[in-house]
Amino acid sequence: MEKSLNWREFIITRAIKASGYSAVVFVLLIFFFLLREGLPALGEVDASSLLNIRWYPIEDHFGILPLITGSIIITFGAALIAVPFGIGTAVYISEIAPRWMREILKPLVELLGGLPSVVLGFLGILVLSPYLRILLDLPTGLTAFTGSLLLGGIAVPTVVSVAEDALDSVPRAYREGAWALGATKWQTIWRVTLPAAKSGVLTAVMLGVGRAIGETMTVMMVTGNAPVMATKLGSLFSPVRTMTATIAAEMGEVANGSTHYHVLFFIGMVLFLISLVVNVIASSVVFRSKKRAERILS
Amino acid sequence: MTNKILIENLSLQYSDGTESLRGVSMGIRQNAVTVLFGPAGGGKSTLLRCLNRLNDLTEIKASAGRILIDEENILDAKTDVIALRRKVGMVFARPVPLPMSIRENVTYGLELAGEKRKSKLDEAVERSLKLSAVWDEVKDRLNDPAIALSGGQQQRVCLARVIALQPEIILLDEPTSGLDPISTGKVEAALLELKKEYTIILVPHSIQQAARTADYAAFFLQGELIEYGEGKSLFTVPKQKKTEDYIMGRFG
Repeated sequence: MEKSLNWREFIITRAIKASGYSAVVFVLLIFFFLLREGLPALGEVDASSLLNIRWYPIEDHFGILPLITGSIIITFGAALIAVPFGIGTAVYISEIAPRWMREILKPLVELLGGLPSVVLGFLGILVLSPYLRILLDLPTGLTAFTGSLLLGGIAVPTVVSVAEDALDSVPRAYREGAWALGATKWQTIWRVTLPAAKSGVLTAVMLGVGRAIGETMTVMMVTGNAPVMATKLGSLFSPVRTMTATIAAEMGEVANGSTHYHVLFFIGMVLFLISLVVNVIASSVVFRSKKRAERILS
Repeated sequence: MTNKILIENLSLQYSDGTESLRGVSMGIRQNAVTVLFGPAGGGKSTLLRCLNRLNDLTEIKASAGRILIDEENILDAKTDVIALRRKVGMVFARPVPLPMSIRENVTYGLELAGEKRKSKLDEAVERSLKLSAVWDEVKDRLNDPAIALSGGQQQRVCLARVIALQPEIILLDEPTSGLDPISTGKVEAALLELKKEYTIILVPHSIQQAARTADYAAFFLQGELIEYGEGKSLFTVPKQKKTEDYIMGRFG
């Protein structure tokens, strides 16, 4: 009896440990694979042509700058939409909505988060882009702006659910303290509840941005995929191509081991790096505020 | 002395079915400490939360009766709740310093009320921190976050925050339940000072505290007001058997 319990204990602990380590191992393996396939690009194409503004792989033009700016401008636009909408919705759900409304809205937002992005892309092509083309009088509706709108929509559920959790975990006593001082609901939200949930809300924003950078299918469908440098604000209304869409579109047709193939992996490395930076910023913000609170409480 | 507050036949039932107050009627005197005591779930906190309408934000199924403050029914739908809450301040069981500095905690209510002059705000900070007996301990670090203070100091800052608004009535819901005896003593001493200017209603965290502080005392049991009278006589010669049993520690 005693013995078998010990054995069970041993196996279970080891199994849990192994699954914990495996997450780290997988990330490292992916990273090494990316490095192995991507780094040779630096040897085959010199840095100046990598930083060129022309992406035309068939004629050996491997400038990845237009792809990076394309990703950035779309992500930036998406964040402009997703952050105010997401936080606003989270505040509404957690602070203002009556209980029955909350019980309808929360699952709906989660449902929206689970919507396959290809479906959204579909709606983008068929509904949003023709509408925008006519409304804004553009030569084509497949623009960075269209992508930003849809990506914003994709990021909103992420922002809402994380920010709503953060607001929800602010003790009710904080709100009552402010109400009892004669604060209105809005004053309480703005001066007390949101500052108290600050780190969680920032995490929500970062996760939303991360979601937008990594999204592939929707942007590939609605942004027109023209690798043009996005240099000015007007580029928002012309077609662009993102890093993710480039990899997805070209990886299937490239010769294994060719320069083009290596450059595509190099783009993957850049993408990996960008989302790593976003994550590090997010966690350092959270970590810093936590450390500050700990210092104060000790 | 006159009745500052008159509660008439107040009943209240929460949405989850628990009945919290049943036909409570009592008058509360000006410039005195009135203590509401009794076992948990007796309706003391609910009554406090009716007095500044904080219960508006909880789900309530039914309520009846009237509460007159200065002869005005504050349960009336036309009452300006924000103005009411400035007039009827409240201190909670757990000190809840808002996520700001000590000074901002004290001035927050005033700023909400539209006070912007720095001289007025500074004056209010000093006056109310002195009245709540915490000035000497925090005067050199008013810009530190309030959450850095000890529990007892936090609670007195919360009291100062309420006093800064110059309310007429101060409600305290077990304000010393998490405090050590020394801090408790300081809060109680502050109350003695405060009752010269304010009407104070206190839910104490022990019978000893009730007996120490009460000018008037009201014993609540399961939502009903069992006995109400002057503190001294109620704690020495209670009229009701239930009150006596509770004070003697036979139940509760």
